[in-house]
Amino acid sequence: MNWQEFFAMGGYAFYVWTSYAVTFIVLLANIIIPIVRRKQFLRQQALKQKRQGTL
Amino acid sequence: MPWLAVIFLLLLAAGLYGGLYLAPPDYQQGDSYRIIYIHVPSAWMSLFIYVVMAVAGGIGLVWRIKLAEIVAVSSAPVGAGFTFIALVTGSLWGKPMWGTWWVWDARLTSELILLFLYLGVIGLYGAIDDKRTASKAVAILALVGVVNIPIIHYSVEWWNTLHQGPTVTKMDKPSIHVSMLIPLLLMAVAFKFYYLIAMLQRARVELLSRERNAQWVKSMASLGAE
Repeated sequence: MNWQEFFAMGGYAFYVWTSYAVTFIVLLANIIIPIVRRKQFLRQQALKQKRQGTL
Repeated sequence: MPWLAVIFLLLLAAGLYGGLYLAPPDYQQGDSYRIIYIHVPSAWMSLFIYVVMAVAGGIGLVWRIKLAEIVAVSSAPVGAGFTFIALVTGSLWGKPMWGTWWVWDARLTSELILLFLYLGVIGLYGAIDDKRTASKAVAILALVGVVNIPIIHYSVEWWNTLHQGPTVTKMDKPSIHVSMLIPLLLMAVAFKFYYLIAMLQRARVELLSRERNAQWVKSMASLGAE
């Protein structure tokens, strides 16, 4: 089986690859969002502490 | 937790290789059936995570264990993600095989209700400022929603539906060939590891946010700022 055949998925390329793409995006988002939130939280807390420290 | 990620990626690679490349096309559905390798494990996870969430919520409710509350609320977005994937991939599989994106039959409708239950849990938790109270409210909602789980599972047997019956969890013998079954099980285990990874990431944020006044969070924040 060559690559072209593989990507064609026997004529179902749109349905199969869209499914896999949606899955990939959702799974990746559920990893990235909490990591971004944690960094945001720590940055904000650090800022707050700095402000409180200088007051 | 790098070793969790390594196990997940290895299982995922093996499952995808087996499912997309090694396994033969289905004799009825051609290559379209390959959606099964994400659709079915996602649907299983949507139920599994809901039960974990409800049990953890219940434990938090009865014994007031903070860790259980955090596990419950951190599971919701991951479960919602898998429910969404199950619905969308099911739709993308239904169009070429059934000729329609959606039907209001028992399996599809009850899975859609599951998505709303997850979204309800997420929304309710976000709406209540005191997180201990929020955890209580969310646990009650999750526990009430458990009634939907057997309905989803048995919907294809209790009602006439367009959705095909179970092929793997049958009492006698799975009516799926082993070359198709192995990648399916690999994907199912991979998704379990994914759930652990994603849930723990959520739990870390949740714990930091709840313990924002604790000394260890303060020193963590000031260390990260430098």
